[in-house]
Amino acid sequence: MISLSLSEKVMLGTALLGGMAGVVGSFAVLRGRALVGDMLAHAALPGVCIAFLITGHRDLLGLSAGALVSGLIAIGAVTVITRWTRTKEDAAIGIVLSTFFGVGVVLLSIIQKPSTSGNKAGLNSYLFGEPGGMLNSDLIVLAVVAAVVLAGVALFFKEFELTCFDSDFARSQGWPTLWLDLAMLAMLAVVTIVGLPIVGVILMAAMIILPAATSRFWTNRLPVLLLVSGLVGAAAGLLGTQVGRGYPAGAAIVLTASSFFVVSLLFAPQRGVISTLLSEYRLRRRVAEEHLLRALFELGEAELPAVPVIDVQVLRDYRHWWSLDRLLERAREEELIEWSANHVQLTPLGLRRASQITKAHRLWELYLVRHADIAPDHVDRDADDVEHLLPESLVAKLEQELAAEGRLPTVLAEVPDSPHVIGAEASGSVSP
Amino acid sequence: MRCRSEARIDWSLKRPVRGIGIWFMSKTAFEVHDMTVAYQRRPVLWDIDLAIPEGKLVGIVGPNGAGKTTLIKAALGLVPLASGKVEIYGKSYEEQRHLIGYVPQRESVDWDFPVTVRDVVLMGTYGRLGWFRRPGKSEREIADRCLQQVGMAGYAKRQIRQLSGGQQQRVFLARALAEEAQLYFLDEPFAGVDAATETAIVELLHALRSTGKTVLVVHHDLQTVSDYFDYVILLNMRLVACGPVETTFTTENLQKTYGGRLTILDEAAEAIRRQKPLP
Repeated sequence: MISLSLSEKVMLGTALLGGMAGVVGSFAVLRGRALVGDMLAHAALPGVCIAFLITGHRDLLGLSAGALVSGLIAIGAVTVITRWTRTKEDAAIGIVLSTFFGVGVVLLSIIQKPSTSGNKAGLNSYLFGEPGGMLNSDLIVLAVVAAVVLAGVALFFKEFELTCFDSDFARSQGWPTLWLDLAMLAMLAVVTIVGLPIVGVILMAAMIILPAATSRFWTNRLPVLLLVSGLVGAAAGLLGTQVGRGYPAGAAIVLTASSFFVVSLLFAPQRGVISTLLSEYRLRRRVAEEHLLRALFELGEAELPAVPVIDVQVLRDYRHWWSLDRLLERAREEELIEWSANHVQLTPLGLRRASQITKAHRLWELYLVRHADIAPDHVDRDADDVEHLLPESLVAKLEQELAAEGRLPTVLAEVPDSPHVIGAEASGSVSP
Repeated sequence: MRCRSEARIDWSLKRPVRGIGIWFMSKTAFEVHDMTVAYQRRPVLWDIDLAIPEGKLVGIVGPNGAGKTTLIKAALGLVPLASGKVEIYGKSYEEQRHLIGYVPQRESVDWDFPVTVRDVVLMGTYGRLGWFRRPGKSEREIADRCLQQVGMAGYAKRQIRQLSGGQQQRVFLARALAEEAQLYFLDEPFAGVDAATETAIVELLHALRSTGKTVLVVHHDLQTVSDYFDYVILLNMRLVACGPVETTFTTENLQKTYGGRLTILDEAAEAIRRQKPLP
């Protein structure tokens, strides 16, 4: 094997671990099993200690075997508790996790006693993680596990995707979802256990969950999500060990991953906090503007088609406004109204928009009052939606009803066509 | 005997021609014998016996907790039978899986899952593809065609979270269409969808029937039963009745199904009134 310096080994090893934890963790998170990784990690501790007490030295394979056994017992315990009692799964996981971890801590303290024999160096790394002690053999184990896990994901991608998204549907097609679930669980267990000496039992869950949660902010495609999760995990391993030199490595790696997460949480397009706040602000602005136009339309409706000048004070009293002056200011900038001192008047453009909005609003209102037995969840939609979501015949009927009451905004007939083609993007009809 | 019936099914699959359905009218698409299903020792369905002829549009009707969804899930092998058996075109479910299309309840999945509309529809082809094979060009063409059939052609690349309830339901339907089945099970396809989607789904169901497919639909709205379906299964833990709508969907049977639930009886009376006048 090419000889690597210790720091190179550590970099490579943590990157491998981060990468595979990211990929495997994505499936766990999507299947709603994020906490299972946490439980596996904590439950591994007693197994590690017992394996050490039996073999008397720190050997990755031996200790991992111990970890695997106690991890499996823990999964069995959760299954038994949820199946045979009324305890819910999250509670059962919490109980098993802390019980096993408690046992592990007690065993660790027994091992630490001077009377216990064996080379105890490095065993503490299972608690908080210490990649500094990485041996060539450890690196080989990591590389082999990574290769197997990634090959497994590549091979079973379609099957895992289907099982995670809709396991009932998968079973209806004859897929053995139980075995596919077990395969995903096995990969999760193996990755968790080889990662224990590097990041420790307490922080291992973060390596499973953080990369997947981070990459979810940036993509809506599963293959991309897996790739980005792998990269985020690997980068966290690499950067964490480099930047965090002199600090506990497990914590440094996890904090690096957390910082990726926080950056994504804030700045990701569409799903990020800032982007969400911005679109909420825009929505509020649009709603306020629609209220303004509708109020102006309704106040002058009696005098149509002449567009009356409306007293600002009358408008102010018409309904509750948050900041009418700013609203008027903006509407004037968009050339929807003319506004001078105490008087407001809709421009032709404003009148067109106002009549559209009013019509859509009234159609929805009528629909909800008369026909809403079908879909009460479709309130407050805009004009296009009325035409898309309701059958043509129903829209026509609603329009007739409105017209009969003399409330159909008639100006629409003289108004130029809608600036965009309705129905180009979506058609409500079905051609079987 | 077995061989012959298998050959006939193949033939019908290759030639889904209008009118062929009449030839197969006598054939039984879906049959349940003495089926009992229990969840944790509490029986949910007792001794269900029913047979559905091919080419029927079947409504499964009954009060909440009547076991409508369980009937479908048991038929698909998703919940274990305590006793009895299910036959699809005369054979066990395991043998006839390729003839079945399934639309689960919309709420049963996480709509924030990182897949696009087309990805979901492609899942309909996975059963045919088998292990390890990835969907290719021909599967994508099937998916796009199915999306077109449900009026969602323009949405193939959207993330599924961005869809309205009705659109999500259409995507699920398109996925079932992509399974290219003979017998479809739909679990509450009309729940929480907009009126346009409801009309569209009904049209689609009629189109399926006209090509000889059999469709079973869990349905809640008694008022539309006689408009939408030609066969009805009335269920309330036991089978109350199963047969053509005209003779089976009667006030008497509805009373047996819904018991003393007054509001529902009103609804039932209304439903009967809407039906063609009986002699």
